Parts: sequence; C-alpha cells; structure tokens
Amino acid sequence: MDMKVKLRLPALPDQAILDERDQALVSVIQTGLPLSATPYADLGKQLGIAENEVITRLQSLTDQNVIKRFGVVVRHHELGYRANAMAVWNIPDERVRELGPCMGQFEFVTLCYQRPRRLPDWPYNLFTMIHGQDRNDVLMNIQTLIERCSLEKIEHEVLFSTRRFKQRGAIYRKFASSKTVAE
Amino acid sequence: MHKTNSDINQFNRYQLGNLEKHLLNDFQHGLPLVSRPFQAIAEKLGVSEDVIIKTLNQLQEQGFVSRVGAVFRANSVGASTLAAMSVPESQLEEVAMMINGYSEVNHNYQREHHFNLWFVLTASNDQELNSVLDDIELRSGLPVMYLPMIEDYHIDLGFDLKWT
Repeated sequence: MDMKVKLRLPALPDQAILDERDQALVSVIQTGLPLSATPYADLGKQLGIAENEVITRLQSLTDQNVIKRFGVVVRHHELGYRANAMAVWNIPDERVRELGPCMGQFEFVTLCYQRPRRLPDWPYNLFTMIHGQDRNDVLMNIQTLIERCSLEKIEHEVLFSTRRFKQRGAIYRKFASSKTVAE
Repeated sequence: MHKTNSDINQFNRYQLGNLEKHLLNDFQHGLPLVSRPFQAIAEKLGVSEDVIIKTLNQLQEQGFVSRVGAVFRANSVGASTLAAMSVPESQLEEVAMMINGYSEVNHNYQREHHFNLWFVLTASNDQELNSVLDDIELRSGLPVMYLPMIEDYHIDLGFDLKWT
C-alpha cells in the first residue's frame, strides 16, 4: 500500500469567503449556543457586536449553506439508535451526480459524500452513513436504498461500527485563549 | 469514550417525556433567529421559556443532545477529511487511543473491515490536517488512507426519531 503523497489534500472547492467577524462567530458557536434566554445577544457581547448583527450573519451563513442546519443536534446512539454502518458504493463516475442526490434524500441517511477512490485498495467513491435501531434495521434501510435508487448492480460494502472511540462536534478553529473541549 | 453497556443503562434510566421528545425531534433545523428563540419554541409547545431552557440543559447533561446550534457544511469553514487505517488487532486499542489524543479528531470508530479504524479530522486549514496525518503515520508506523470529501449530496434536515 503506497498512499504517501506530498500534498495530501486538494485545494478546497468553493470555500465560502468569511470575513473576520464571520470567522469569530463560527469560532464561538462551534460548541453550541449558550442556553440562555437571549443567546444571540450573549454571543454578541462575547464578540463585541450587536445582537442584530449576530442574527443577520447567522442568517447569511445559512443562506450561503455554510451552515447546513441550525437547531438541536442529537446523539443517535444515546437515543436508542445503536447501530450505524457506513455503506460504501462503487458508482461509475458519470452516474454520481444522478445517484448521489437520490441516496442523500432518505431520512435514515445522515451523510452522503462523494470521496476519491484509492485504487487498488479502495474502489468505493460514494459514502453513506446509515443509522438504525439495530443491525437488521440498518440492513433493511440499505435494502430500501438499493430498491429506490436502482443500485442492484452497484458494487457495495457495509461497514458496521463495532466500537466508538470518540464522537463529538468538530472544532474548526481553536480558541486563542482557552482550551476547547466539546462533547 | 463510551461503553455500550453504560449507554444502555443511561438510556433506560431516563424516561423521556413528551416535552423532551418534541424538543429532540422537532427542532433539529430552523431554530428561530429571533432575539428570544427559546421563547418562540416555548410558545409552540405551550410551556414557559424557562422550562425549555432547563430541559435543553438537562438533555445536554444526560448526553442526548450534543449541542444546540450549527451543523457546518464540510469544508465550508476550515478543512476536514475522513481517514482510515488497517491496524493489527493487537495494536488497535493503542492506536485508537493515540488518535483520540489529537484535538483535530472528532470521530473515531472501529468498523468491520480490513480497514478497521475510521476517523474524521477537522482543522482550520490543509496544512494543519496534513501535519496531523503525517504525525499519526509516523507514530503508528502504519499508512493512513485519507478520503477528503469531493461533493456533499445530503440534504440535512436532521434525523427523524421514531419513538417506540
């Protein structure tokens, strides 16, 4: 297996342009909003900007799809969805644009990403995360995907998770002063 | 780190009421961008703002809620990648703990496959990510397969919890 390359990651496509205030805002909300009566005003105080501006900026980040979703982020496992599998698919490149959106629309699919193949070790280029209450539930969901998106002839594998070593929200920017731990 | 047994105990210990279920299921997206967002939720659910805030705090302490706030589109702020390793069973725990030690790692799972360790790295830029990947290879003596996102095909409206 030779997977060493000098520059590992390609330049990121269509990265949003965030000004300094957006970046500061992203940095203070990445571990969640303060659970107070006026969370946006409180964030504003932290950042030295008005509540109104916090709200406008959050709206704009949502409109730009920098924020995909804004609300309660639940932990599936704790809520009884104990099984999760990464189903990976080897989809002909020219069909990814058609099949990706088909697979990404189901509520039991919590992620649907195209990623590079790493031949010969790894032929799969579409990654779906499937949650379910147990293994069988997950497998039934995958069967639904296969039927609804006509994937019968697409090579795939199902990688159940057997142990969770770590799970928390992503930290994109470290705070300058304090150590950040999110759970 | 979480052990399955303690999670099951935790789940059984708490009986989620209707209010909790609504809070968990109905507000995964579209949290109101108004001065008093929890007041707005309170009006929809017919309870007081205080009760909403107290209940969300509790759900967070109990581990059912990770946070209330934003889910960012991958790579829209900062850089991230999925990475996988094929680790001999005897070294798995040790390598997993070593990887957990990086603040850039936010998910780390064992999976049933020849590639048995899968983790997600997030940092403010590519250089930081690359240096962590290099460091992990150096310390483990094993190659890391990195799989950055090319395209996101998921419409994220949250997850419909089917209460049983």
